[in-house]
Amino acid sequence: MIAAHLPAIQIVAPLLAAALCVLVPWKRVSWGIAMAGAVTAFAAAVGLLSRVLGGEDIRYALGGWAAPWGIEYRVDAVNGLVLLIVAGIGVVVTLFALTSVEREVDERRIPLFYGAWMLCLCGLLGIAITGDAFNIFVFLEISSLGTYALIAMGSDRRALVSAFRYLIMGSIGASFIVIGIGLLYVETGTLNLADLAERLPALYGERTVLVAFAFLTVGTSLKLALFPLHVWLPDAYAFAPSAVTGLIAATSTKVAVYVLLRFFFTVFGVTYSFDELSLGMWLLPLALVAIFTMSLVAIFQRNIKRMLAYSSVAQIGYIILGISFASVTGLTAATLHLFNHALMKGALFLALGCVMYRVGSVHIDALRGLGRRMPWTMAAFTAGGLSLIGVPLTVGFVSKWYLVLGALEQGMWPVAALVLVTSTLAVVYIWRVVEAVYFGEPSARADSVSEAPLRLLVPTWALIVANLYFGIDASLTTNVAGQAARALLGGAP
Amino acid sequence: MNPGELALLALVIPAGGAVLVGLLRASPNLREAASLITGGVLLGVVMQIHRAVSAGETPRFVLAEPLPGIPLELVVEPLGMIFALVAGSLWIVTTLYAIGYMRGHHEKNQTRFYIFFALAISCTMGVAFAGNLFTLFIFYEALTLSTFPLVTHAGTDAAKRAGRVYLGILLSTSIGFQLLAIIWTYLLTGTIGFEMGGILEGRAGAGVVAVLLALYVFGIGKAAVMPFHRWLPAAMVAPTPVSALLHAVAVVKAGVFSILKIVIYVFGIDFLTQLGASVWLMWVAAATIILASLVAFRKDNLKARLAYSTISQLSYVVLGAMLANTMGIIGGGMHIVMHAFGKITLFFCAGAVMVAAHKTEISDMKGLGRTMPVTFAAFFVGTLSIIGLPPAGGTWSKWFLGLGALDAGQVGLVAVLMVSSLLSIGYLMIVPVRAFFSPAASNPHGHGHGNGGIHEAPLPSLIAIVITSLCCFALFVYPDPFFRLMSMVAGP
Repeated sequence: MIAAHLPAIQIVAPLLAAALCVLVPWKRVSWGIAMAGAVTAFAAAVGLLSRVLGGEDIRYALGGWAAPWGIEYRVDAVNGLVLLIVAGIGVVVTLFALTSVEREVDERRIPLFYGAWMLCLCGLLGIAITGDAFNIFVFLEISSLGTYALIAMGSDRRALVSAFRYLIMGSIGASFIVIGIGLLYVETGTLNLADLAERLPALYGERTVLVAFAFLTVGTSLKLALFPLHVWLPDAYAFAPSAVTGLIAATSTKVAVYVLLRFFFTVFGVTYSFDELSLGMWLLPLALVAIFTMSLVAIFQRNIKRMLAYSSVAQIGYIILGISFASVTGLTAATLHLFNHALMKGALFLALGCVMYRVGSVHIDALRGLGRRMPWTMAAFTAGGLSLIGVPLTVGFVSKWYLVLGALEQGMWPVAALVLVTSTLAVVYIWRVVEAVYFGEPSARADSVSEAPLRLLVPTWALIVANLYFGIDASLTTNVAGQAARALLGGAP
Repeated sequence: MNPGELALLALVIPAGGAVLVGLLRASPNLREAASLITGGVLLGVVMQIHRAVSAGETPRFVLAEPLPGIPLELVVEPLGMIFALVAGSLWIVTTLYAIGYMRGHHEKNQTRFYIFFALAISCTMGVAFAGNLFTLFIFYEALTLSTFPLVTHAGTDAAKRAGRVYLGILLSTSIGFQLLAIIWTYLLTGTIGFEMGGILEGRAGAGVVAVLLALYVFGIGKAAVMPFHRWLPAAMVAPTPVSALLHAVAVVKAGVFSILKIVIYVFGIDFLTQLGASVWLMWVAAATIILASLVAFRKDNLKARLAYSTISQLSYVVLGAMLANTMGIIGGGMHIVMHAFGKITLFFCAGAVMVAAHKTEISDMKGLGRTMPVTFAAFFVGTLSIIGLPPAGGTWSKWFLGLGALDAGQVGLVAVLMVSSLLSIGYLMIVPVRAFFSPAASNPHGHGHGNGGIHEAPLPSLIAIVITSLCCFALFVYPDPFFRLMSMVAGP
C-alpha cells in the first residue's frame, strides 16, 4: 500500500515538514521535524531507486488524475539516481545543520530557516520526480524561493546582496524556462513530458519548437551555472550559511543538469538536439572554457568557500562535457559525476562548515596551521580535495576515467588530455589550502581553537567515507549511471 | 598461506609497522625496534615469495574491483620480484642507518618520519606486485603522496618549495600523460592486464604505438627522463635516509621499473622492435645520461651531485627498455639492482659526513678521508659500482646494456655508455680521492685544529654503510639470482 504511493511521499513528506517547521516556536523541535521529513524522503528515494533497478519504470498519477489532465510522476534510472542524491545529501546536511545553523543564523529565525530548508528540498525532489513540464517550473520556483531565503540568512551582510543577485538571475532563468514550456504547449497541446516526446518529432521543422528549445536551454543553463551564465554562483555559495552551501552546492545545480538532460534527450530526442542542431559543437567549447578558466580563477581565491564555488562551475563543465559527447560512455560519465561531485563538494563544504563553526572565517589566512588544531576536519578536507582532484580509489577518479574514455571514443584525444591536465589545476588550488593548513603558522585566533564537535564531524566524515567507498567499489554507481545513460539515449522514460 | 596471500602480506606488513610505530611513539627505543623487526619480517616474506616465483609460480591476489572489469590485483612476476627483493632488503639496512642518522642529526618529528617511511615501502611493494596498469597507477600515485611528508620533513620554506616541485611534476605527468595512456590502452585493447608478449600487437598502428610509448615514458615522471627530472634534485631537501632509500632506490626505481614492465608486458619487445617506435626515445635517454652527468660536474653540494648522477643512471634502465631486445632488457633489469646498492652506499656516506663533520659541500671534504676512513672507503666502492668497474656489481649491467646496444645496431649508444662512464669517474671518483689525498683545508669556523673533533658516523649508520658496500662486491661475484629472474622475463 505504502509502496505504491512512494512517489507522492517523496514530495509530501518534506512539504508537510516545511509547514510544521514554521508552526513550532522551538528551534530543536523544528529541526527534529525537518530531520524526520528528510529521512522519510530518503527512504522513499531508496525504495524508488531499488524498484527502478529491478527493471520497472514507475508511473504514478498524482491524486488519481490520469495524465495528460493530471500530473504524472515518472521515475526511471536517471531521476531515480537524482532523487537518491538529493534526498541522501538532504539527510546528511540536515544532520550537520543542527549545530552549524545555531552558530550562524539568528536564533529567532531558526524555525523559518528550517521551513525554507524543507521547501528547498521539496522543490528539488519535485523537479526530479515529476513527468510534467509545467510542474517542473512550479517546483523550480519553490526550490528557488527557498534557496533565496536561505542564502539571505547568512551572517555576512553581503549575503543579502548575493541572494538578491541570485534572485534576479534565477528569475530570468525561470522565466526563460516557462516561456519555453509555454511555446511547447502552444505547439503540441500537452505538458506531459512523455506526450511531448511523442508529438515533437512531427514538428521538428517548426521555428516555434526551435525557439522553445533555445529558451529552455538558456534558462536551464542559467540555473545550472553553465559558463558564462555562472556569475550568480560564487557569491551565493560564499555568503550563504555553511549548511546551506553544502546543500545547494551538492544538489541544486545537479537537479538543473537533470532538467537539461531530460529536455535534450527525452523530450526533444538525441536526433533533434545533437544531430540536427549539433548541440555538441556548442556545449563542448563552453564546457572546456568553463573547466579551464574557472579552475584558474579558483587558484587565486583567498576565501576558500569562493574557491570551491568556482571549482563547482568548473566541475559542472566536466558534466556538460560528458553530455556533449551524446554517447553512452559520455552520458555515463556525466551522470556519474552528478553523483560523485555531490559527494565531494558536499564533503568539502561541510568540512569548511566545521572550520566556520570553530574559527568563524574560511579565509585562507584563518586556515593557517589548523592541521594540528583540527586534525579530523582537515583530514576530511584533504580527503575531499583528493577526490576532487581525481586521485584513484576516490569517486573523482571514477568520473575522470569514464570522461576520458568517452573523449577518446570520439577520437578527441586533445580533449581527453585537456581533461587530465586541468585536474592538475585542481591539484594547485587544493594544495594551496593543504599547505597553509599543515605548514602555516597558526594565527592567534586559530591557535586557541579545538577540534569541531562530533555532531559536525560525523556528517562530514559520512560523506568522506562515501567518497572512498564508491571510489573503491564503483559497481553500483556505474551500473545505475550506465542504465541511466541508455535510458536517455533510448528515448522516452 | 599461499604465495598470493604472501604478496598481500608484503603490503600489509609495512603498513602494520607504520601503525606499530605510531603506537610506540612514547619510547624511541621500542619504536625503532618495531621498525627493524617489521623490516626483518618483510624481508622474510619477500624471500618466501621469491622461492615460489623461482619455482615458476605466478602468485595472484585480487583485492577489489573498483570498476567493472578493472580489478585491483596483485600478480608477482620475475621483474616485480627483483624490485621487491631490492626494496625489501635495503629497507632494513636503511632503517638501521636512519636510527644513527636521525638521532645523530637531532631531527624533529621522528615518529612521523618512520610512519611515512613504512607507508612508502608498503606502496613500493604495491608497485612491484601490481597486476595491471590500473593497480600500478594507484600505487604509483600513493607512493608520491606518502613520500611528500618525507620530502617536506624539515618544514622550512625551502622544503615547502621543493615539495611543490616534487608534487607538481610527479602528479601532473602521471595524471596528464600516464593516465591518458592507460585509458587509451584500455580503449584499444579492452584490457589493462600485463601479458607476456604484450597486449597491443595487432590492435594499434605504428603511429599510435609511438605516441603511447612517449606518453608512458614521460608520464612516468619518477623515471626522471629529461625534461621531467627537476623533482629529483628538489627532493634532496629530505633527510638523507629518505634520499638514500626513496630517491635512489624505491621511488626512482618504481619509475624505471614501471617503464620496463610496460615495455615488456604491454607493448611486447618484439612488437616494439618491429615497429621501431622506440628509437628516438633511446636517444632521449642517451641525452639524459650525458646531460645529467655534465650537470653533476657543476654541483658542489654532494647530495645534489648524487641526485644528478641518479638521473643519469636511471636513463640507463630507460635505455635498456627502449632497446627492446633480450640483452637490453636484462641489462635494464640488472641495473635496477646494481645501481640501487651502489647509490644507496653513496648517499649513506654523504649523510654520514653530514652528521659527523657537518659538511655538505664537496670542496669542504678535502682530507676528511683520514678522519672518516670507513665512510670514504665505502664511497669509493659505491663509486666503482656506479662507474661499472670490476670488482663491483655495476660491471654486469653495463656489460649487458652494451651488448643490447650492439644487438640493436646502435653503435653510437655504446659510445654514449663509454663516455658516461668516463664522466662518472670525473665527478664521483674525485670525492674519495680528494678526501684521502688532498691536505685538509684550514677550518674557516675557527676551531683551529683542522679536522680535530670529527669522528666516524654513529655506529648503526656505519654498520649499514659497510653492509651495502659489501653487497656491491657480492653482486659482482654472485649476480646469478637476479640474472636468472631477468632471463625468465626476457627470454633466453
